[in-house]
Amino acid sequence: MEKYLYITLFAPLLGSLIAALFAAQKKMLFTGIITSILIGISFLSSVILLNYIDGDTILHVKMMDWISAGNIDIPFGFVVDQVSVIMMVTVTLVSTVVHVYSIGYMEHDKSFNRFFSYLSAFVFSMLILVMSDNFAGLFIGWEGVGLCSWLLIGFWYHKHSASWAANEAFIMNRIADLGMLMGLFLIYWKVGSLQYDIVFANIVNLDVTTLTWIGVFLFIGAMGKSAQFPLHTWLADAMEGPTPVSALIHAATMVTAGVYLVIRAGEIYALIPEVGYVIASLGAFVAVFAASMALVNRDLKRIIAYSTLSQLGYMFVAAGLGAYWIALFHLMTHAFFKSLLFLGAGNVMHAMNDELDIKKMGGLYDSMKATAILMTLASIALAGIYPFAGFFSKDKILEVAFNHEAYLLWFALFIGAALTAFYSFRLVMLVFFGEKVHKKLGFHPHEVQPFVIYALTPLALLAIVAGFFEHSFHAFVTDLLKDYEFTLDHSIALILIFATSAVALSGIGFAVYKYSRGGFSESWEKKGIYKLLINQYYIPKFYELTIQKPLYNLSKFAWQKIDLKIVDATVDMIARVLYGTGDTARKIQSGNLSSMLRWMVAGVAILLVLAIFIRPMV
Amino acid sequence: MMIGLTHYLILSGILFIIGLVGVMRRKNLLMLFFSTEILLNAVNIGFVAVSKYYGDLSGQMFAFFIIAVAASEVAVGLGLLVLWYKRTGSTDLDSLQMMKG
Amino acid sequence: MYEVIAFYTFAILTILMFSIVVLSKNALYAMSALAGGMIFIAGFFFLLDAEFLGVVQIIVYTGAIMALYAFGMMFFDTTREVKEKIHAKKVIYTLAILSAICFVVILSAPIYSANLEALYPTIEGVGNIQMIGLVLFTKYLVPFELAAIMLLVAMISGILLVSDRMDLNITLNDDDEEREII
Repeated sequence: MEKYLYITLFAPLLGSLIAALFAAQKKMLFTGIITSILIGISFLSSVILLNYIDGDTILHVKMMDWISAGNIDIPFGFVVDQVSVIMMVTVTLVSTVVHVYSIGYMEHDKSFNRFFSYLSAFVFSMLILVMSDNFAGLFIGWEGVGLCSWLLIGFWYHKHSASWAANEAFIMNRIADLGMLMGLFLIYWKVGSLQYDIVFANIVNLDVTTLTWIGVFLFIGAMGKSAQFPLHTWLADAMEGPTPVSALIHAATMVTAGVYLVIRAGEIYALIPEVGYVIASLGAFVAVFAASMALVNRDLKRIIAYSTLSQLGYMFVAAGLGAYWIALFHLMTHAFFKSLLFLGAGNVMHAMNDELDIKKMGGLYDSMKATAILMTLASIALAGIYPFAGFFSKDKILEVAFNHEAYLLWFALFIGAALTAFYSFRLVMLVFFGEKVHKKLGFHPHEVQPFVIYALTPLALLAIVAGFFEHSFHAFVTDLLKDYEFTLDHSIALILIFATSAVALSGIGFAVYKYSRGGFSESWEKKGIYKLLINQYYIPKFYELTIQKPLYNLSKFAWQKIDLKIVDATVDMIARVLYGTGDTARKIQSGNLSSMLRWMVAGVAILLVLAIFIRPMV
Repeated sequence: MMIGLTHYLILSGILFIIGLVGVMRRKNLLMLFFSTEILLNAVNIGFVAVSKYYGDLSGQMFAFFIIAVAASEVAVGLGLLVLWYKRTGSTDLDSLQMMKG
Repeated sequence: MYEVIAFYTFAILTILMFSIVVLSKNALYAMSALAGGMIFIAGFFFLLDAEFLGVVQIIVYTGAIMALYAFGMMFFDTTREVKEKIHAKKVIYTLAILSAICFVVILSAPIYSANLEALYPTIEGVGNIQMIGLVLFTKYLVPFELAAIMLLVAMISGILLVSDRMDLNITLNDDDEEREII
């Protein structure tokens, strides 16, 4: 079985390296095909592993020693257990689809080969992240994902906004990674190992304060990767990257890493429920906060990005409240329908010549039926309507919140569900139905190549049916993860389900009703609330004013005043003094032996004087 | 009154200073050589005195080697001096300015 | 008591001789004074129980080196007074006096090295020459041989430098004219 593990892990790397060989060349179709096939192989072998893993058997291999210095002994070990295999399957499945899709999407891009190299490297990093059996390996994957996201978001680096967004994502992640690193150091300091099993076996012996710090630091890391408030701004800006990248970042890799970390470190968080509760509260806040921003945004991809943020909030609520398997379940189902949404959005973008303003679309259903159907399905799944995948997972999260008697959180999520339903269908309505605004603007949308649509169908299928695997998923995953006890009465649960479904349905209904009649009037755009939402609660502005500007001024000050006037001046002065003394002393070098001898005697005299006044301590 | 080590060392120092004066004052290359001989001899006295008062033969050994060095220095130095005199007809130090940078 | 008298006599005489060397305008006087000074220094060596070194001093310095100087001086006109343009005399004497004061201060201060261990201690009842022979041919054998080589090298180079055409190889019958051009 080990060979399947290695195949899963290294097939993407191989693909990446092959594509990298041709990175600077003109478009070569085969790089896309080879990487797609290799990712496909990776997917197949992870499915084989999924079949192999059950309650008793997990795969744990140690590839080689990595760091072995003094007391530090960190191996390159990989573990395939119930959690990581789920992640592997999800990641490789979505990645395969994204790869195939990208062949169509990046068709006309001149850096075709480079793109596939990055994309596969991204998948490889994510696999390292999920498959590592220790925190150090996880951190490697973590950084690898950060690097690849930087490369991919800034893929069109000649665009200023793209490189800006890439840097923003990277820097935000760096801030969070510091927290993550502190957490790891703390773990290593207190436990003496970074292996998951050893850490979790010894973690109970630590005092609560240390545990709390570890939990907080690890969560700071997770906050960065999963773009939780207040480090969320990079996610929406990351939409500057090519759409398949957005799909990959949002659905399978990168942002889910934070959730994965919290799930992985579940045994730590189980000991510190207060921190878990904070995580859940933050998650619930982000769920509503992001959803509210999605309500008014006009950028196709940003809307979906905010929805990702919001759904990540849901996952963190589940994970924070200790329902790890539900968080993982939502992560998986979300991966399916969110990647579908993104890839569909990519199709729309292509059709509209990279126009992203949904107010300029409308009525695209006639020209791109398949995409419209796929995206509608995905939106329904996102909104959480029975029997789509989103229903099962999202509803469970709400139940968990209610079960925990965290009614405020529950209410937030409840509102979030309504908002989700509304903005998803606002998007669908504005893009695919209603008035054909794009005709007036002179766009001629056309459907994408068929193989792209075929590539999306597995996702669509899973977005519909994934929810029905809930029970087997539960049984499978809880072999490793702690089960969550529902103490809720069955009837109350049922009422909750109905309430949530009702609120989601009403959200959909409201959106459909409102936007089939031309949407909201223009006067809304002048209201304060609209301005607040469209400006993302002025948070980017706030960051710019409070962090960027002062930092910029500080740097400028440091450069112009400290560096130029003090540091440089000092260095220059030393040079000038030396030069000046050299200039003066040059006259000594007359070449006259007699004067040289005099200087020598002068030196002797000075040494003698020194010998008198500076005596060695005896 | 006994003659101690200090007496010898001070004498050695005085002779050394005389040598230094010579080194600084003399402009004739030959005279300069004389002055260096004085320097070497001054040091020799010091060495031998220390050797005597500490009962250690190393000082004498060094004096011995210094004499050897002085002898070879004179041999080579005089050779160069004669060569220089043949070429320029002068042994004046001020005519030796080739090292001017 | 005679030691004290001898020391002071020799000290005054040496200082006098060397002062003449340094200050005299006549090269011949200077050389003679130097030779005298050397002999007085040999006197110190005898005073200090270093008979062998004293003898060597007389033989090597007064015998060999001074003779070498004398021969060397044959090349120059020694009857003429040495003309020297001495400038900045103040500098010379300031430096000299400063150094002298320093020396006196340093040397008259109590010497710390009371715990100085004799590496090759003199043995009672064994003569100085015998001792020197023992040490020189055991511990200092290598420096001794090196000194011998150094003297040889110095001798050869001295001959080569002064002699006229020693760079020509007689046995190989080099073309003289060719050398002339060079």
